[in-house]
Amino acid sequence: MQILFKTRYEDDLKFLARTGEKVRVGLVVVLLLAAPLFLQNFYLGELGLLLVYAIAGIGLMILTGHTGQVSFGHAAFLGIGAYCHSILMSHGVPFSLSVVATVLLCGAVGMAIGRSASKMHGFYLAIATLAFLILVETLLGEWEAVTGGHGGFKVPKLVVFGQPLTAVWQQYYVDLLCVFAVVLGAANLFRSPTGRSFLAVRDSELSARSLGVNVEWVKVQAFGVSAAITGLAGLLLAHHLTYLSPEVFGVLESLKLMLMIVVGGLGSILGAIFGAILVSALPIAISFLKDALPPAIGQQAGLEPLLFGVIIVLFIVFEPQGIYGRWMKIRYFFETFPYYRKSSFVRQKSYLKTERMR
Amino acid sequence: MSTAASLSVRNLSILFGGVHALEDVSFDVNPGEVFAIIGPNGAGKSTIFNLISRLYEPSNGSIHYGEHDLLQLPAHKIVNTGIARTFQNIELFEQATVLQNLLVGRHSHMSCNPFSNFAFLPGVRKSELEHRRKVEDVIDLLEIAQYRDERIADLSYGARKNVELARALCAEPSLLLLDEPASGLNNEETEDVGFWLEDIKHDLGVTIVMVEHDMNLVGSIADRVMAINDGRLITIGTPDEVRNNPEVQRAYLGGSA
Repeated sequence: MQILFKTRYEDDLKFLARTGEKVRVGLVVVLLLAAPLFLQNFYLGELGLLLVYAIAGIGLMILTGHTGQVSFGHAAFLGIGAYCHSILMSHGVPFSLSVVATVLLCGAVGMAIGRSASKMHGFYLAIATLAFLILVETLLGEWEAVTGGHGGFKVPKLVVFGQPLTAVWQQYYVDLLCVFAVVLGAANLFRSPTGRSFLAVRDSELSARSLGVNVEWVKVQAFGVSAAITGLAGLLLAHHLTYLSPEVFGVLESLKLMLMIVVGGLGSILGAIFGAILVSALPIAISFLKDALPPAIGQQAGLEPLLFGVIIVLFIVFEPQGIYGRWMKIRYFFETFPYYRKSSFVRQKSYLKTERMR
Repeated sequence: MSTAASLSVRNLSILFGGVHALEDVSFDVNPGEVFAIIGPNGAGKSTIFNLISRLYEPSNGSIHYGEHDLLQLPAHKIVNTGIARTFQNIELFEQATVLQNLLVGRHSHMSCNPFSNFAFLPGVRKSELEHRRKVEDVIDLLEIAQYRDERIADLSYGARKNVELARALCAEPSLLLLDEPASGLNNEETEDVGFWLEDIKHDLGVTIVMVEHDMNLVGSIADRVMAINDGRLITIGTPDEVRNNPEVQRAYLGGSA
């Protein structure tokens, strides 16, 4: 086990303190950078899509995992991002400008939703965000003059600074760059006052307020940041889909995002990434499985949703803290080997939660 | 520390439905003193705190701290006037570390702009380090260094109480509202709390208002005590005067009223 000696206050601001963490993260970064060298185009495309979902997951994680505000409407921000960017680009707006405009628009819409939802809790918030999603989906479908309606909308080719980036690997690097930026930004957020006020609102609005946190404004900010990041994911997703239609950004997509962060592990950026890996890798794994199984089972319709469902149920029952929670345990097991005990991670119960004011 | 000021509460009343939780309570807290509020369960002690920190809206009365009219301020601005508080049932940020909790305690002294925070500009780093240093002073004072990186959910009850006190101190208050600082603590821990409160009063010059049931603690550190019952003020005086007041004894022990 490595014991950390902190000798300066700067040490508390470091992201990767332990050697093991540095090695692991470094390895992943190198692998991601080198992926086009050894992956076929199909898998590279899938990896790019995984990265896009990781961004969307981080977006929702900031709102739901870190600020404690449930949103079943996040597919709407994916949709707004995808459509806004595609429409702007098809009108000849350059990529960089379109990205900035799209992210700002999504952030502004998010803040507006946050403003109207800042007094809602739990179920009511979930329903309100769901209603917002249905509204956006309907709008995208009916506003044919601009969005092409249910007929679909062709996404313009990816052209960055006048340079067409049509090869799979070029698009992959655009995705990768965005992931790096978002992960770094989100990590920054949580070592600074803004992110801490998010956590404060999640854990106790009461004491957050008494310490000078403007709870309503924090929720507006959280919705804004979250929607902006999800919008970025949406516009990247558009380039993967090449053809947009409103149904893509429906309730199922929202559920998929929610599933990602719950199974990944609420309250950590890494959890969102784990979740993205799961939802992206699972369909591929299942298609391999289909070939391996006898046709009587492998060709059954509904095998994929069934396995998806089973995995979620297993996680909720056996590991409510998600893949991230399991990862922490495995890491702790090796770091403290051979002293790990099952009770190392048993939660204390608090019996003093009476008289809470909301 | 902000300059010492006196807290003055006048004719404070609040109705919960038809129940007068507080009726016409007036008192003053002088700068630099330890002022204790005692009374049986349901007397309205915590309600006074919740009114001062603007979590409840009074139906009548006024609360002034120094030149600030607290009733004109929203709840999150109260800390800027120099008032920090703890809660009866520990309201810490459970899934965050002790250090993060204490840094939130400094929120009222921080500027927070999501854009510069997202990019973690050099200015943000500089201010983080400054606040981190200030937090360390409080960690030193309350001897909680060994918990610095622990999550609150992993801490014992006594440690949580200390961390909550520390978090309130991080706001650099001139007036500290403590809701039962010694409840649930053993004798040794209660003694420690007594020493710390003395330190906080003398070294930091903080005025302390506390709700407390432990009469030994109240007797040893409080300068003045206010007793209330059923939302009404019974008496204000030195600990001994209040303890010997027949009406106070009747409120606690019952009897033919």
